[in-house]
Amino acid sequence: MSEEPGADRPSPSFEARLKAARGRQGLDAPPPTSAGNSGDIGGMSPWGIGLRVGIELVSALVVAVAIGYGLDRWFGTKPILTAVFVLLGGAAGVLNVWRLFAPRPTRGPKVQDGGR
Amino acid sequence: MAAGGSIDALSQFKLHSALGPIGASVNFTQANLMMVVASVLVLGLLWLGMRPRAMVPGRLQSAAEMAYETVMNMCLETIGEEGRKYFPFVFTLFFFILFGNLLGVFPYFFTFTSHIAVTLALTVFVVGLVTFVAIRIHGWHFFSYFVPQGVPAALLPLLVPIEILSYVSRLISLSVRLFANMMAGHVMLDVFGAFVIMLGTAGVIFWLPAGFSLAVNVALIGFELLVATLQAYVFAVLTCIYLHDAVHLH
Repeated sequence: MSEEPGADRPSPSFEARLKAARGRQGLDAPPPTSAGNSGDIGGMSPWGIGLRVGIELVSALVVAVAIGYGLDRWFGTKPILTAVFVLLGGAAGVLNVWRLFAPRPTRGPKVQDGGR
Repeated sequence: MAAGGSIDALSQFKLHSALGPIGASVNFTQANLMMVVASVLVLGLLWLGMRPRAMVPGRLQSAAEMAYETVMNMCLETIGEEGRKYFPFVFTLFFFILFGNLLGVFPYFFTFTSHIAVTLALTVFVVGLVTFVAIRIHGWHFFSYFVPQGVPAALLPLLVPIEILSYVSRLISLSVRLFANMMAGHVMLDVFGAFVIMLGTAGVIFWLPAGFSLAVNVALIGFELLVATLQAYVFAVLTCIYLHDAVHLH
């Protein structure tokens, strides 16, 4: 009679209740939700997107201008290579931004990148 | 701080030698001192935390284990199974930057990550290592990374330089992101701190805006804690992503 609650313990609902409790405590990872095609933008705030895009655009341009200016000084072709590399750097910056927001094929591990 | 009625927000980043005459003779600055402090704190956390080796961890051991697991998961999820090899590197990088950022929030401490010399050196090391890993694994095939697939051959002379520039621009984007975030936060703190002093000493009618500036500063300190952690995390995750590209190459 007194053993009745003890015998009742491993009921079929135990697994379900354990799963629910683990889910509440965050011990089990929730099933992965596919956050659209471009999984990158999911975790980023608008501020984060803005800063990230700005830095990507400008950094490519900075590198390109530095290389172009250095080559110009080396070869003595003052404005030409700098001008060419400004264009290439702008394109590389846009490429960086495209890499950031491009729809990613969902093979392999999910690469998330929540930058600012 | 506010000197003679004008706000001088950038002098806080000036380096001066630490540890008295010995430090001065070898140019040991307060930034170097903070790097040593950060390293000692990380090592101390791990050493003291893991010393009990308890089955049920205490607080410090939990912290050390969580640190280990967080970075290990980051490596495994981002790089893949090969990420185990690069775990020590990412762990060191993440905690060095994290402690450097967090130490800067305390008064009288210095943020060494607010100097582009430091962040650029870290980034050069990261990109150098990534390139080395890629060449080590793939050999000459590494250079196919710069040749996009499915592109007409006539466009390649234009696209290959763009790809190379995009690769090299990691140096700037990674270092500037960390440096700019840390420096901007500390400049804001300094500016609002100067507001408090200047308005507070200007007369009773300015006490209300002075109090408002003080409240903003309190909020900014909390924001700085967030930024410090987030930037260290972003730096580590981007390192992992670059390592993923290096290991898997396309």
